[in-house]
Amino acid sequence: MSAAGHALSLRQLTKLYGDFVAVEDVSLDVAQGQFLTLLGPSGSGKTTILMAIAGFVAPTAGTVLLDGRDITPLPPEKRDFGMVFQGYALFPHMTVAENVAFPLRVRGMTRADRDVKVRAALDLVQLTGFADRQPRQLSGGQQQRVALARALVFDPALLLLDEPLSALDKKLRAELQEELKALHRRVGRTFVNVTHDQEEALSLSDSIAILNHGKLIQMGDPAALYENPRTRFVADFLGKSNFLEGVARGPDAKGMLLEAGGTGVHVRFAGPITIPAEGARSLLSLRPEKLMVLGENETAENIVHGSIRAWSYLGAGFSLVVATEHLGEIRAVLPAWNSAIAPAEGLPVRLGWAADAAVPVLEDVA
Amino acid sequence: MSGKPGIGWWLLILPALILVLGFYVAPILQVLAISVSEPEPGLGNYERLLTSEGVQRVILTTLRICLITTACALLLGYAIAYAITLASPRARGWWMLAVLVPLWISVLVRAFAWVTLLRRQGLVNNTLMQSGLISEPLPLVWNEFGILVGMVHYMVPFAVLPMLSSMREIEPRLLAAARGLGASRGQVFRQVFLPLSMPGVIAAGVLVFIFSLGFYITPAILGGGKTLMVAEWISLQILDLIRWGLGTMMATMLIITILVTLIIFSRIVDLRRMFGAGN
Repeated sequence: MSAAGHALSLRQLTKLYGDFVAVEDVSLDVAQGQFLTLLGPSGSGKTTILMAIAGFVAPTAGTVLLDGRDITPLPPEKRDFGMVFQGYALFPHMTVAENVAFPLRVRGMTRADRDVKVRAALDLVQLTGFADRQPRQLSGGQQQRVALARALVFDPALLLLDEPLSALDKKLRAELQEELKALHRRVGRTFVNVTHDQEEALSLSDSIAILNHGKLIQMGDPAALYENPRTRFVADFLGKSNFLEGVARGPDAKGMLLEAGGTGVHVRFAGPITIPAEGARSLLSLRPEKLMVLGENETAENIVHGSIRAWSYLGAGFSLVVATEHLGEIRAVLPAWNSAIAPAEGLPVRLGWAADAAVPVLEDVA
Repeated sequence: MSGKPGIGWWLLILPALILVLGFYVAPILQVLAISVSEPEPGLGNYERLLTSEGVQRVILTTLRICLITTACALLLGYAIAYAITLASPRARGWWMLAVLVPLWISVLVRAFAWVTLLRRQGLVNNTLMQSGLISEPLPLVWNEFGILVGMVHYMVPFAVLPMLSSMREIEPRLLAAARGLGASRGQVFRQVFLPLSMPGVIAAGVLVFIFSLGFYITPAILGGGKTLMVAEWISLQILDLIRWGLGTMMATMLIITILVTLIIFSRIVDLRRMFGAGN
């Protein structure tokens, strides 16, 4: 497993089922050896895109390119892509070793060569010694690793993963996330993953493509997407967010201001992506963890007064819902161990945040 | 269900048990006992298995016809079950109807229908003669060929149903996975679909074979008295030749053969699952 990964591109990919638009005009590029995650709610078209890459779905329009070569008309078995299916799809009538050897057998490899490769693949996923087990004798996590070994054993050009971790419980999922990431680094291949789990997407990917209603909304590396969401949907789907609506004012010497809904309250913000024009209706996204509860003498660039309407203890932190005078309800997350306050319902608080904590986002177009 | 069934359990099944033992098992055993008591006490009737060419011929004919019938019914049934599995839900309904309708028509009617089709002046021979393909009518009925046609026709639905249920348990995702891993359609069928449908094939094979062994009406009508199978031979011994001892000896052998077949296959597959009982 030494050869480098391959680059994948989609060009204006569209898929219609009758009148229903499953995927609309999606173009994206995955560089060699990258880990791309297609992230979206159910019905966003992410699985359809993966199936089109795999060759199980014929696109209505558009092309799939591998290293610049058009592979759209090829059937799945000619594409040489490894795939980990949802629920793993291990063959129940074969042992672990036979499952892993399957892609090699259908390619006509000799038994001796197969055995060497199968052993290496099982070592790779830390299942040495499980070769003669039946799939049903394995735990969910082990089955998942067999599926990975089976998908990687024939040195595929690309590894496709269809919600690979969705069937596992939370703790195991976190463990396997780390393993999957380490595996990606070890084999150096191009991975394309589909998930609706934003935490999984953030922790695994070099690059995330966010989809909704069949359209590509925004693509970029996880930090860029999280810090600078382009639309309300992205800000809301990737992590949590408060939204402040109002009219843009400025800029003045310190930057831009948002005059919130006719209240005369001004919120200072800085936005690297799209700076709204003076007087334009604008929307700001403000992440809950970027808010602080201010002590008596503390100050911040933006301050609102309010009282705690609801709160919950999360172990690592407190989650607060604060009813503010002018900005409606605002969610905040504070670290619990050094919290300045003991949360209680009705407790008056001052919330503060820095100017660059709030970023302008676009309203979603329906 | 765990532990031993209690007294209440036995009381509940007691009426059915008495009914079956008293009115079914006991009379059968009584009849079968004739095979060692008539015409004289001893194993004389069973000796005929080794000495009588006529007895051996009937057994061989029966086994041959049953094996060929089973093979043909499995082949045809597999193709039909496969087509139904792949069909759209709407088409599947029509397919199922086509498979099940023959089951609701009397076996007698079907046997005579085949006679009408296959006899010397029947539809098949007439058509072939008129088209000039043959000059003499083919001997299609009142022989082993006729029996096979009738029996295969009767058995196909019994072959389809167990195979269909086993095919529908195969996850479509496994077939997609196989193709995604590089297998051609032929390889997917041979290496994934066929092995996974084998429990159904075995079940269908056992069912059809056992069912065929005791077949009476179809061979009697389509065989025309010239090719004898075990069931017809037994009725001949008892009703026409009044040789109860010989007839019941063969009946005993038939039951033993069926039980042995079942025991062998129960070693290979889980019979309870095969005939539809859950785990």
